[in-house]
Amino acid sequence: MDFFGITPSVLIASLIVASVPILMAAIGELVVERAGVLNLGVEGMMIMGAICGFITAVETGSPVLGFLGGAAGGAALSLIFGFLTQYLLANQVATGLALTLFGLGLSSLIGQSYVGIKPPPTQPVPLGPLADIPFIGRVVFSHDWMVYASLAAVAGVWAFLRYSRAGLILRAVGESHDAAHALGYKVVRIRLLAIVFGGALAGLGGAYVSLVRVPQWTDGITAGAGWIALAIVVFASWRPWRVLLGAWLFGGISVLQLNLQAAGARIPVEYLSMSPYLITILVLVIMSSGRGRAALNAPAALGQNFHASR
Amino acid sequence: MLRLEKRPSPSRAWTIATPVVAVILTMVAGGIMFAMLGKDPVEAIRTIFWDPLFNAQFAAYSRPQLLVKAGPLILIALGLSLGFRAGIWNIGAEGQYIMGAIFGAAAGLAVYPVESRLIFPVMIIAGGLGGFLWAMIPAILKTHFRTNEILVSLLLVYVAQNILSSMALGALRNPEGGGFPGSRNLSQIPAMANTELVAGTGMHWGVVVAFVAVIAAYILLQRHILGFQIKLAGQAPRAARFAGVSPNRLVILCMGISGALAGLAGFFEVSGPAGQISIDFATGYGFTAIIVAFLGRLNPLGILLAGLLMALTYIGGELAQFMLGLPSAAIQAFQGMLLFFLLAVDLLSNYRIRLARKEIA
Repeated sequence: MDFFGITPSVLIASLIVASVPILMAAIGELVVERAGVLNLGVEGMMIMGAICGFITAVETGSPVLGFLGGAAGGAALSLIFGFLTQYLLANQVATGLALTLFGLGLSSLIGQSYVGIKPPPTQPVPLGPLADIPFIGRVVFSHDWMVYASLAAVAGVWAFLRYSRAGLILRAVGESHDAAHALGYKVVRIRLLAIVFGGALAGLGGAYVSLVRVPQWTDGITAGAGWIALAIVVFASWRPWRVLLGAWLFGGISVLQLNLQAAGARIPVEYLSMSPYLITILVLVIMSSGRGRAALNAPAALGQNFHASR
Repeated sequence: MLRLEKRPSPSRAWTIATPVVAVILTMVAGGIMFAMLGKDPVEAIRTIFWDPLFNAQFAAYSRPQLLVKAGPLILIALGLSLGFRAGIWNIGAEGQYIMGAIFGAAAGLAVYPVESRLIFPVMIIAGGLGGFLWAMIPAILKTHFRTNEILVSLLLVYVAQNILSSMALGALRNPEGGGFPGSRNLSQIPAMANTELVAGTGMHWGVVVAFVAVIAAYILLQRHILGFQIKLAGQAPRAARFAGVSPNRLVILCMGISGALAGLAGFFEVSGPAGQISIDFATGYGFTAIIVAFLGRLNPLGILLAGLLMALTYIGGELAQFMLGLPSAAIQAFQGMLLFFLLAVDLLSNYRIRLARKEIA
């Protein structure tokens, strides 16, 4: 059963792969926002992860080390954000923007000599006979380990926020930093940890773009994926499993439009490539128009800086 | 142990001093970055900040470029600063800039080859309208559905870039261009060209409009009720609401003004320095203008100076690329660093740093 020469099982499998970068970045940002911090620098952290991961993988020949390098690159950039917003009390929106502008510049600076190189390939996890099951084998059991890691990250964040004491404290910090401070929790330290976690996951997502999705290095390779990840957190109304849904929705649209481009659909290429952004906007509108339900679910202290005056 | 103590009101002295301190710190950090790239840091900084203006060999070319580059930056940053003051974050100026260029160019090219004095003014209006309409999308979504304007305006940049390439390849492509992408060259059509007004200065209509906008924005913020409402809404949103300031009206006005100014900047660029609608027309002025707005402390006169300084880093960066082989991305990172330092030293205008014994909490 084919539509325009697109096989459903291949489409779903590539949808899952396409959603990994934004899923990683979005689940990291979800933790950051649940701690009450709005880091708009996801795009910058992703692209730093993309180039750091790419360089590490090319120099060491190991994709695993590459992903670790990507996570380190994203986390390092997020530390700048953490220092500025948590210690120097800088405006979070402006600092996040600065992070993106700086990340785009720095990544293209350090990536200059890596343009046009192929990174070492990331192989699918060998699951033996499972991968041979018709349809399900192609859709579920034939991916590389990062796909499974991203799903594990969603489950882990969900369980952490819902069942662990540390998760409860993190949410408390995000809902009311003054109350959390009064109870003796280290607001700044907890937020810094959340920021670094978010940076590392954004870096992983970026590394997935440059090591698996594309796979090579060009300037501005993430092409707005970080901003879409931010939108997906709002779409998910700050709930982990809905982030997965949002990432798949977006992954599906981007795969579909690429397939339509390849199949030579009558719609001009430019209109197909703008469709993921347009649909993200549409989804944002639908979510926010539901009588402020999405807004009600937002962490109460989101975007506010904490200064212990007493 | 250092402790921060909030000032009752921001320090006036530090408010003026912080941009200067930030620029100096950026020069130091940038120098370290250039040294790591294997360039002489002192020479690199001198090439960027001194040579474009005073080097006998290059100044004749570079000095006019200063106004050419500063014009769009100042125009966009002025609009953005109004919104930023009121807590309305339009960060999609790049998209509004592109749409202004497309609308303006399309209005003129639609009547080609008619020659009339009216064409240029009509194109200016169309350019402003294009940016205005593009900014109205996030504005109306914000007022009607409470959709986050930051994300929508930014995502629309990617949409605008796709529209731009579709225009350069399709509707606006030069029919006599031999199939190459890109529109007719507006700067070579007398009725549509945004020419240099005073030879050798780089002064074009966009720069004139930018200067007028600086004065208008200054009057708006200092003397007009709307300026007062913008400042009030930013500093005390609750008080603003009690005083009868409609948040929705402010969103529409701030987004509309910034969109229209960005659109104008786009039109003046496409009809003058850039010349034509092409795939690579958008060079990031809309994003750099965010830095300009903050560097100018969201103050019209500050933005004027900040725009000139940022234009200098562009020209100096090109010169350093040519003279020292400094990669162009280094300048982008340099500009990003400037915003970091600016936000960091801003602490000093809002807080006092006190020495204190170990805190309990």
